[in-house]
Amino acid sequence: MVPYARGRRLLRDQPGLVVVAAAALLLVGDLFAKLLGGGLTPARFGGFIWDGLVIGLLIGLAGIGLSLTYSILGFANFAHGDYISWGAFSGWAVAYLLAGIDRYAAGGLLLIGAGDGPAPGDVGVSITNTPLSIVAGLVVAVAFTVGVSLAVDRLVYRPIRNADGITLLIASIGVAFALRYLIVFFFYSGRQGVTDISRVPSYDIGGVVINAHELTIVVVGLALMVGVHFLLQRTKLGKAMRAMADNRDLAQVTGIPVEGVIRTTWILGGGLAGAAGYLVVLTQGTIAYDLGWLLLLLIFAAVIMGGIGSVYGAIVGGLVIGLASRLSLIWLTGDLSSFAEPVAFGLMIFVLLFRPEGIFGGVSTA
Amino acid sequence: MNTDRFHSDRLDSFRELLERSDAALVLTAMAAFYLLFLGIGAVLNYNLAGIISILGQVTFFTAVYALVVLALNLHWGYAGLFNIGIAGFMAVGVYTMAMLTAPPTGSPPGLGLPISVGIVGGMVAAALIGLVTALPALRLRADYLAIVTVAISEIIRLTYNSPAFSTFTLPGGIALGTGGANGIGNFPSNPVRAIYYVDPESAASGTTPIGTAVFGFFENTLGVFRSAVIVDLTYGLVLAVVVLLVYVLLARVGNSPFGRVLKAIREDEIVAKSLGKDTDRFKIKTFMLGCALMGLAGVLWQGFGTGAVYPQAFRPELTFYIFIAVIIGGAGSNTGSVLGGAVFANLLFLLPQYLPNIIEQTFAIQANPNTFIAAVGPIAAGEITPLLGYVLNQRLPALRFVFVGILLVYLMQNRPEGLLGHRTETAAAVDLSDGHTPRAGSQSDPTPPAASDPGGVEDE
Repeated sequence: MVPYARGRRLLRDQPGLVVVAAAALLLVGDLFAKLLGGGLTPARFGGFIWDGLVIGLLIGLAGIGLSLTYSILGFANFAHGDYISWGAFSGWAVAYLLAGIDRYAAGGLLLIGAGDGPAPGDVGVSITNTPLSIVAGLVVAVAFTVGVSLAVDRLVYRPIRNADGITLLIASIGVAFALRYLIVFFFYSGRQGVTDISRVPSYDIGGVVINAHELTIVVVGLALMVGVHFLLQRTKLGKAMRAMADNRDLAQVTGIPVEGVIRTTWILGGGLAGAAGYLVVLTQGTIAYDLGWLLLLLIFAAVIMGGIGSVYGAIVGGLVIGLASRLSLIWLTGDLSSFAEPVAFGLMIFVLLFRPEGIFGGVSTA
Repeated sequence: MNTDRFHSDRLDSFRELLERSDAALVLTAMAAFYLLFLGIGAVLNYNLAGIISILGQVTFFTAVYALVVLALNLHWGYAGLFNIGIAGFMAVGVYTMAMLTAPPTGSPPGLGLPISVGIVGGMVAAALIGLVTALPALRLRADYLAIVTVAISEIIRLTYNSPAFSTFTLPGGIALGTGGANGIGNFPSNPVRAIYYVDPESAASGTTPIGTAVFGFFENTLGVFRSAVIVDLTYGLVLAVVVLLVYVLLARVGNSPFGRVLKAIREDEIVAKSLGKDTDRFKIKTFMLGCALMGLAGVLWQGFGTGAVYPQAFRPELTFYIFIAVIIGGAGSNTGSVLGGAVFANLLFLLPQYLPNIIEQTFAIQANPNTFIAAVGPIAAGEITPLLGYVLNQRLPALRFVFVGILLVYLMQNRPEGLLGHRTETAAAVDLSDGHTPRAGSQSDPTPPAASDPGGVEDE
């Protein structure tokens, strides 16, 4: 009797949630039917899963910073996407320069082929061809984005530190547009190829094709996540961050150096955003000034899903969003495939409506 | 009385007029903008037709910005709903209008209905999408509502952009389409053309009696032979009337019992609730009305103003423009909204389009390098013109965004209440200032006395 009554209460209190759950069950059932009936080969299914994991890992990586600043500073940072873009452009400018300096003029390389600069196939940047330049680019992407986020915090957010969340949010929209169009000012407004994908080796694992760039992303992404985990668990930083997210004034009177923790948060979040942006270009092969903005809503979706303030929630949320956007392609075939992104946005709206504290209960684990 | 004294008295009484009369304030600002652009036309040696064209643009962009900003102000300034999906609601309005009115034989096919049905349909569709958004979104915190509305606006844009609905067939066998990435360009042209042309679709069809008289006057008396600029100016003036009507509507809404509840919600929702007001209903109605006006603005701006709709026009940048306009004007003030729209449209949108021409003409800049390195390289040799040429010819739109972004940050740091947001709009039905309460000094003071409005600024 008891579970029955519980089910009826759920139906009465949250009819929307029941509908969503029913729809999800239906899709899972259909997925099995497709897999067993041969409408979807295991290799194709595996391919979707792998793609989803790769993009999900990057969304999670970028989401850690957004989640931390959201909970500690109390506002949704709409400029986070443009930190990602700057990470991509600064890192790839250096990777290009190092890979092609022996053959081409530095100017065209630094601008990643702007105007009539060298084409990606000629420069030949890839993890197997020019591994050192790829690594150097990653380091620069992280360092540069840390610099950008610290500078923006000093100039924009610090003077209005105690303003309400909406004021800060609007200011961050201003920052977002300024940063985004500074990229256009220095580089270009179109989308341009960057990596030399033709010479990247790929491996066939049970029908699922995995290329070396995707492997690089997974290795680097996981390493960074483990690093963040140890940083927050083995140092007092994580505890200080949790205390600040809870009550900044109380944290201050107990002797936590508030501004110092905020700076560390920006360093951590900005650095991860820069790395994510750099790696996104590695998997997509192209770079565009609005790549961060296009990812931002997915990152918000991941962060909200994981519960704002939770590092692990952001990672899991990123994986869920990445998988959902790729697995939706099982049903969205042909012309409908352009709806993969709206599906992820829709998922976020559902989470906000039915469980705004996040699917993992909003426990801050920092 | 000496002349100095006389002038300063005149100036004081003029300033008082501006503070007392919103109409005088807006008209003075518009007069200043018209003068500015007349000056620009003169500097660029435009002929009379060119100058009429500039003035038509000033009128058009001021009116459309004012219209959307008024609608956003209803959401944000009155009901405190933080909607950043404006571009999406505008897209719904204009796309619905285009799909209803485009000829069934065209590509993409439409329903071929009259324009009036299209306009009303666009507004209704935008209001309904607003309802779908508002129903669940009202339960959310302000920052969540922001994320949800921007996500919905992107979903709308990506849906219109998708090839899946480029053309599709309704259950009744009726073909319809959004045109995918190319959009719709074959809906009926601007209805204002019907005043001047026998067939509004074609200027070659001959002129109506009014058209013959007006065009004849411009040709014979003023020597203006481009009839298109006269049509555009007429449309701008029609839009100005629409803005006036919407302003009156919103002012009436604001002063009605409905509007007083809205202001109460904005100040303190719990108080309004405990007085027995169903605040959710009020918010939903307000959200729908604002969305309908955004849909109307989409129709009048992107539809009849531009003559073709395509998804790229509804990127989040459009929302950002409207937002900064409402912040310049000051959230919560209708007059501020019109003023903010006018300031943004003229100084931040139109002026930068004419600036390069003026600077290039004045300083004779020929250089036009296409990359940043090519632009800064020659600086080492003392050549600054390539950089100027790069900025003016290649990257001025991008720099405008950078500037506007910085301006937004500056406003949030230093003047979050905008130009007129400091005015406290009383919720009372009677004029409290008329001898009932002393207001001496409060009008010239840009910040309200702390005691009278403790939470007002923070709410915005």
